[in-house]
Amino acid sequence: MMGLTHFALNSTAALWLQFPMQPPAASSIAGSVDRLYYFLTGVTAFFTVLIFSIIFYFMIKYRRRPGKPYEPETHTSLFLELSWTIIPSLICVVIFVWSSALFVRNNRPPANSREIFVIGKQWMWHVQHPEGPREIDALHVPVGENIKLTMTSQDVIHGFYIPAFRVKSDVLPGRYTSIWFKADRIGVYHLFCSQYCGTNHSEMIGWVYVMSPTDYAAWLAEGEQSESLAQQGARLFTQLGCDSCHGAAASGTGPSLAGIYGKPEKLADGTTRVVDDSFLRQAILTPSALHVTGYPQIMPTFTGQVDEQQVLQLIAYVKSLDAPERTNGQ
Amino acid sequence: MSTTATVESLPNSSAEPQVNYLNARYGVKSWLLTLDHKRIGLLYLCTITFMFVVGGIAATMMRLNLLEPQGALVEPETYNKLFSTHGIVMVFFFLVPSIPATLGNFLIPLMIGARDVAFPRLNLLSWYIFVTGCLVMLYVVCTGGVDTGWTFYPPYSSAYAHTDVFLAAMAIFIAGFSSILTGMNFVVTIHKMRAPGMTWFRLPLFIWSLYATSVIFVLGTPVIAITLLLLGVERLLHAGIFDPALGGDPLLFQHMFWFYSHPAVYIMILPSMGVISELITAFSRKRIFGYSFVAFSSLAIAVISFLVWGHHMFVSGQGVYAGLVFSVLSFLVAIPSAVKVFNWTATLYKGSISYEAPMLYALGFIGLFTIGGLTGLFLASLSTDVHLNGTYFVVAHFHYVMVGGAVMAFMGGIHFWWPKITGRLYPDLWARFAALVIFVGFNLTFFPQFVLGYLGMPRRYAMYPAEFQALNVLSSAGASVLAVGYVIPLVYLIWSLKYGQVVGPNPFGAKGLEWTTQSPPLTENYVKTPIVTEEAYAYENAPEPEVARV
Amino acid sequence: MSDAALAHGDNPTGFAHQFEDLEQQHDAGRMGMWIFLATEILFFGGMFTAYTVYRSLHPQAFLLGSHILEVKFGAINTAVLICSSFTMAMAIRSAQTGKRKGAIIGWLIPTMLLGATFLFLKFRFEWYHDYIEHTMPGFGFHYKPEWGAHAPQVQMFMCFYFFMTGLHALHMIVGIGILLVLTCMAARGRFTSQYYAPLEISGLYWHFVDIVWIFLFPLLYLIRY
Repeated sequence: MMGLTHFALNSTAALWLQFPMQPPAASSIAGSVDRLYYFLTGVTAFFTVLIFSIIFYFMIKYRRRPGKPYEPETHTSLFLELSWTIIPSLICVVIFVWSSALFVRNNRPPANSREIFVIGKQWMWHVQHPEGPREIDALHVPVGENIKLTMTSQDVIHGFYIPAFRVKSDVLPGRYTSIWFKADRIGVYHLFCSQYCGTNHSEMIGWVYVMSPTDYAAWLAEGEQSESLAQQGARLFTQLGCDSCHGAAASGTGPSLAGIYGKPEKLADGTTRVVDDSFLRQAILTPSALHVTGYPQIMPTFTGQVDEQQVLQLIAYVKSLDAPERTNGQ
Repeated sequence: MSTTATVESLPNSSAEPQVNYLNARYGVKSWLLTLDHKRIGLLYLCTITFMFVVGGIAATMMRLNLLEPQGALVEPETYNKLFSTHGIVMVFFFLVPSIPATLGNFLIPLMIGARDVAFPRLNLLSWYIFVTGCLVMLYVVCTGGVDTGWTFYPPYSSAYAHTDVFLAAMAIFIAGFSSILTGMNFVVTIHKMRAPGMTWFRLPLFIWSLYATSVIFVLGTPVIAITLLLLGVERLLHAGIFDPALGGDPLLFQHMFWFYSHPAVYIMILPSMGVISELITAFSRKRIFGYSFVAFSSLAIAVISFLVWGHHMFVSGQGVYAGLVFSVLSFLVAIPSAVKVFNWTATLYKGSISYEAPMLYALGFIGLFTIGGLTGLFLASLSTDVHLNGTYFVVAHFHYVMVGGAVMAFMGGIHFWWPKITGRLYPDLWARFAALVIFVGFNLTFFPQFVLGYLGMPRRYAMYPAEFQALNVLSSAGASVLAVGYVIPLVYLIWSLKYGQVVGPNPFGAKGLEWTTQSPPLTENYVKTPIVTEEAYAYENAPEPEVARV
Repeated sequence: MSDAALAHGDNPTGFAHQFEDLEQQHDAGRMGMWIFLATEILFFGGMFTAYTVYRSLHPQAFLLGSHILEVKFGAINTAVLICSSFTMAMAIRSAQTGKRKGAIIGWLIPTMLLGATFLFLKFRFEWYHDYIEHTMPGFGFHYKPEWGAHAPQVQMFMCFYFFMTGLHALHMIVGIGILLVLTCMAARGRFTSQYYAPLEISGLYWHFVDIVWIFLFPLLYLIRY
């Protein structure tokens, strides 16, 4: 419904006559993606014009004339065949290398990224800032800072898409996907759901507000939630009784969680996994599938008791526990 | 001369109606129980034309709705059903069977000098199965429709959609068996039924392309069948096969779906490429340039097409390395298509080119397919695909390939072989006019969608931000031109059945065995089994066209 | 080449008009069946892939699931099907060597009976048992306490079990139908040492269905330790 108001605001007569040809470019990678896009457009235009002009030239030059005898002509040429196999192949190699290098670079979030959580559900985007503020169908970010979005869905597959940043990722139920960007231009940009998700798919849209750092700080400060995500998680941790096994003063039935985030953990099946968001999510929702060496497999599942939002709170809490606490606990 | 059948099969006089496959027997029963591949081809033609109209109506309503940002015509729920119906009907009930089941059925035995396909009963059975699939789909459309899109992604389709997903999936499942039977029939026919002297490298390229298509039919269709069956089971039992909360994996569906559905794209385009090879040679009266390269590129496309499905999933969370592999393979599949385009263009060189309607369609095909193919590079390339995936750019790209490519070739082929099918010529001026209208209308409709996609407009949106309106209105305007372009041939082709100019066996002076028998052909195709003594497209020995035009 | 070949429909020798000679017809039929089997391999292959993916995702649950199944019946059914393949091969052999029609029918009927035995065992002692025990998804599936947190995935295993064995059983039923037709044809003396293609082609199908079971049996029943 929020989207509709924006339609009303923007739907002026002037827009009717606008033929925009280029989306706004407002992230650090947008320029590099656009350069590749224009190179590809150039390649496409060159070959299209080439083929069209050859066809038109031949159509006129060799149009059928009455009484013209059949001209015996060569109908195969290995040289030509090889050249129009190899030249397009080389062009493809160039595009592949260029594009893949960019893709790999754009895929790896820098270490110092500010993390924001996104939950998609039919048909809204729920954004959760670690500092506490939540928003619906809107995302406020500071300009010039690396932002990493960790995203999941509560129901069907959605797609998180900010055209101005040239970033997109499907948002799946049951797992975390992430994208990162650095907005480099203050402004308001579209946020779309790019994966068909049901009746109001086209209304699962919103706005991304890129703000100056000071504006952003002010916005955070006036957020109605004074409690940070980790604090909410801490409350939940006690409420659900997690602390009786995993708490600092616990008996040791379960592993202590202090400082565990980012550390490798040995599993009973012989593999080792680094404790990350996905690991913790799985440990909360399907603990039976994650048997950590040295502990009995008695943890009950919390599927159905906590929603995606609360899982994020718990994860934020576990992350906030730092290592020194561990020595105290043991 | 390649055969001796020409003279013998000619009727003694044109005033006396000759016996042919159309008038050999009369009555509804003689059609519904026919084992003649030509009649079955026509049964298919009528069925898919009807389905094309159904899908076309859905498309028209979509384009009307998109005239205004808030949706000009229908509720979002209805819009979702419209694009799902359009996609399912056009892909599974029109494009997949379009050329193979109509022109393929009609022409394969004629082109290789056989009396019929290897298994005529299976051929008829495949039509009945197809009609059953169509009826189930039409039932779904009439009783509330389906709203999952033609891709049926779970968990939306398996657990959240309130429409008749199960029956829609079963309709496709059923129609799939008709594809499998057709593919089997074609492979065996091409292997075992060729006339004496018709070696593999004397086969028309249309046959090569249908051979490659049939391989995909046989090896790809069962995978979509099992995938949709799994979806149906999940829909009925809710056992969690695609539900992550119960341990299922929704991405497995996507992998299995695209394992078929990407090769399915080549089911649509390979036969079109075959048609184009026939048209280009016939109307430039020249041998095809690089016969073996064109032939083998069809097989290369068929094989590689099974290895590129993951390029539909670059942003679906399948992993960076999988993305890299699928990207490089997708570039690889582009090369044989480029080879074909260059060979067709080179075929025109020093030809004797006439601009008959089928040739206009063929030239239109080359142009549109070139754009469609090259824009595929944007989507095979990872970092541009991240931006363009799921937007109107993708919609524009595959319509350039499937409508600008497959449908243009289908129209061209129907016109080219119309005199062979019916014994009468289409009205030439109208046909050329319609070809131009379709070309212009098509570009008007779909070119703006490339821009819309780059701007970031997602597909499957019933409403959109206002700044996209101008381009959407342009696209809808183009669609109305395109619709007119499709209605004209429908009218004049039906008209020509009764009033078209009667022509002899070979109105265009084309090479190929099918032009050596009478038009329309006998039920048995040939009075005597032809013996082939020359390569395909030996236009140095071609007869003069009966209808001389410039 | 012969003009007689233009005659419509089948004549008593089983020769169809579109072919040049009986050998070409025989070749075409055999090739058609091989291609059909290629389709079938991809069909079952898709299913095996899905099963394998989930088995690797939920090894413990699938282990628990396979304990619901009784190896005894699986093993007996394997033996039954191998025997039926043998009798099928003998039926073809008797036609090939020009035996009387009694001999062909004498091998076809046991083949059908073995197929029916397989289905009877499967439905009466396995499926019906699962239904009674509430281990049939969609028909009052009950989570058993011993499965613990794995219960949903055990249900998924059973879902695959019924899906895969169900499709296999469907193929068996079609196969028995084909055998019935063949028996009628044999009774009318249609098969000679020159013309026995329908037998041979149906035999390919029958063996294929057996082979699918040879894969299903270990995948579903035997990977349990």
